[in-house]
Amino acid sequence: MDNLPELLHGFTIAVTVPHLALMCVGVLLGILVGVLPGLGAPNGVSLLLPLTFGMQPVSAIILLSSMYWGALFGGSVTSILFNIPGEPSSVATTFDGYPMARDGRPTTALATAFGSAAFGALVGVILITFLASWVAEVALAFGPAEYFAVYFLAFASFVGMGGAAPIKTVVALAIGFAIAAIGIDTVSGSVRLTMGVDELVKGVNFVVAVMGLFGIGELLVAVEEEFHARAVSSKIDWREVFRAVGRLPRHALALLRSAAIGCWMGITPGGPTAASFMSYGIARRFSRRGRYFGTGEVEGIISPETADHAAGTSALLPMLSLGIPGSATAAVMMGGLMIWGLNPGPMLFVDQKDFVWGLIASMYVGNIVAVALVLLTVPVFAALMRIPFVIIAPLIVIICVVGAYSVSNSYLDVVMMLGFGIVGYLFKKLFYPLAPLVLAIVIGDKAEDAFRQSMLMSKGSLGIFFANKLVTCLIVGGIALLLLPLVLQLARPFRKPAPPTNETTAQEKVII
Amino acid sequence: MGGTSKLLLSAAVTVLASTMPVLAAWQPQKPIEFVATAGPGGGTDNLARAVQNIITKYKLTEQPIVVVNKGGGSGAEGYVYGKASAGDPYKVIFGTSNAWQQPLVSKVAFNYTDLTPVAAMAQDEFLLWVKQDAPYKTAGDYLKAAASGEFKMGGAQSKDTDEVLTRMIEKAGKVKLTYIPFKSGAETAVQLAGGHLDSHVNNPSESLGQWRGGTQRPLCVFSPKRLPQGAKITATEGWGDVPTCVEQGLDIKQYEQPRTVWLPGKVTPEQAAYYGDLMRKVQATPEWKDYLEKTSQVDTFLTGAEFDKFIKEDLEHVKQVAGEQGWLVK
Repeated sequence: MDNLPELLHGFTIAVTVPHLALMCVGVLLGILVGVLPGLGAPNGVSLLLPLTFGMQPVSAIILLSSMYWGALFGGSVTSILFNIPGEPSSVATTFDGYPMARDGRPTTALATAFGSAAFGALVGVILITFLASWVAEVALAFGPAEYFAVYFLAFASFVGMGGAAPIKTVVALAIGFAIAAIGIDTVSGSVRLTMGVDELVKGVNFVVAVMGLFGIGELLVAVEEEFHARAVSSKIDWREVFRAVGRLPRHALALLRSAAIGCWMGITPGGPTAASFMSYGIARRFSRRGRYFGTGEVEGIISPETADHAAGTSALLPMLSLGIPGSATAAVMMGGLMIWGLNPGPMLFVDQKDFVWGLIASMYVGNIVAVALVLLTVPVFAALMRIPFVIIAPLIVIICVVGAYSVSNSYLDVVMMLGFGIVGYLFKKLFYPLAPLVLAIVIGDKAEDAFRQSMLMSKGSLGIFFANKLVTCLIVGGIALLLLPLVLQLARPFRKPAPPTNETTAQEKVII
Repeated sequence: MGGTSKLLLSAAVTVLASTMPVLAAWQPQKPIEFVATAGPGGGTDNLARAVQNIITKYKLTEQPIVVVNKGGGSGAEGYVYGKASAGDPYKVIFGTSNAWQQPLVSKVAFNYTDLTPVAAMAQDEFLLWVKQDAPYKTAGDYLKAAASGEFKMGGAQSKDTDEVLTRMIEKAGKVKLTYIPFKSGAETAVQLAGGHLDSHVNNPSESLGQWRGGTQRPLCVFSPKRLPQGAKITATEGWGDVPTCVEQGLDIKQYEQPRTVWLPGKVTPEQAAYYGDLMRKVQATPEWKDYLEKTSQVDTFLTGAEFDKFIKEDLEHVKQVAGEQGWLVK
């Protein structure tokens, strides 16, 4: 609690008219870049960075971090309305957000997402306010073996469950790992799987992959199935925004669980992407309505969104106190810190009290400003769903093509994005799950690096994964999560007879 | 800032303009793209953006400048892009010494000869870092301890500058080190702070915050003479107080990494000269000095024959180390 006076001092810095104005500008710009996929938060922040060189560091970071909050919220908009996740961490939001929006409830989906995201961010910022020094120590305990254990836990909580046949999950995972391996390998420095295409040395960018898999893939399916070819007649009702937010406390358990997972993954440097996937996976397994996940379930939106923002917020702490950026956007902001003449590191909290606590206070205020502004925009965004499919479909193609191109101004990315679109279509048609594929693309290479670094350290002995309490707990937890569905499946025949046949169609829909 | 600096600058520009009147005939006619061979926030990216900022501020060219990041494959993405843009004088590639080192050790689809060298601006120094509470006070102590135990040395990337230096330390100090590659210097610094490694060879800016925060300290610098004193980093010490490695019995006289600027291949000498001149103007500004000081880099400027000579020497040296380690690609 000894941080309280500092926090109050921070509020006196953050809550001034110029800073509040900067927050509003930042949030609105952020929503804009977040909604236009491909532009995204990292690019938006780097575009804005040169403008901040003349500013006070604390004003500059308030502007940039507000933009970051705005972009995080904006990223969920496209995930929910068009099935195009703009950031790796909002992939899991598409699983239930998009079906709910297609079901004629875009307002509910958006408001639920924003409300739970704000809750997650709030828990994250409270955590870093009161546990700043402890959190920094926890992060230091993480060596390569512990990193691997966290990734393993994330995979384990997501694999092994779900409607798809286990073998199909394994196939999807394996393809994802192979895609993640393309490019230069960190540990050996050699070039892998470029198949003679020189440019592939850069690897496959995540945004390129998901825009194809989700955006284009979904579009192809929709074109084929005629019922999609009409606009969703969504009623735009202001009150629904507040009703959806008002209903959130009913899901208190899911909110708290997801916030806890998010904070945990944020401070152990697993990051927001792993957090949102893990939270979704665990919610699906433990929720009473778990079997309906994937068809537009409220908790299927709450879980990933809360965890994503809780992790994103608490991950800012390792950035400040240790100098490890938790995300691409954080990396740009860290570059900014250096240019403003501040050095991220343990001393920042001692030397630059005004800056650090001004930032933390601005995270409270900025998030409130962001959620207020973004809830105001819900009806506008929801109205987009009324536009007839014949107009929206070409727009989605344009967004995906521009988005893929703007990742690194490369035509190859556009071609790859379209290729991924076909893969996404085939996956859907053949009932292969997309989520394990995406998870493997996003954290597969990190998990591989961590595993091989551990092996270098231990000279090839697996004993390193049981060398201390922390890593043993993580690994044992992961194995338990992995085996749980197997055990449940073995136990099931003794409990109840086979499910009624009319469930098969519902089950097929559940595959994501 | 203000009056004086502008005066200084205009003086510098006048001097430059009078020294190279003929070659600067070519002028850009459309927007220029700065290609950073690093992700947003990396050292090379910061450099490209600092240069962009200075050029825009002083209106050193009429044309707008856009920075794009092509940092995939440890920077190979940017160089391959440069190679593919042969003859295009509107793409300026910012990199490091890996422009010539990377093609030696991995099968990337470019070589530095595919590009036109413009200049080397700023050098990053290397230091030997250990955890704050490690028992050894000098590089000599460190080597003695390393001879008996199995030390873990961390670094950024594989078979790149950090690992080359690690192998040089092994040879000069007659020890064996286990090298663990990470994605970046910042990540390596955190791993040392957490006690998962015994040492690393980060650049000053990569570990500045950690040194100040008392999680790790430098034993020695791989430079022929001590670094300029500058401001104090900790309560008692600044960069100038760090002894050279040679002083402490680790016989590696010099190891540093230049920040390099390139054009694609097949551009005209006038075009290359234009950018060399532009970079020299940037180097003369107070903002550039400020940038170097904040990122703890050393001011150097090599261009033309000097730069070529530097590349040749460094290449020979890396070839030798890589050859001994069996890294060379056939």
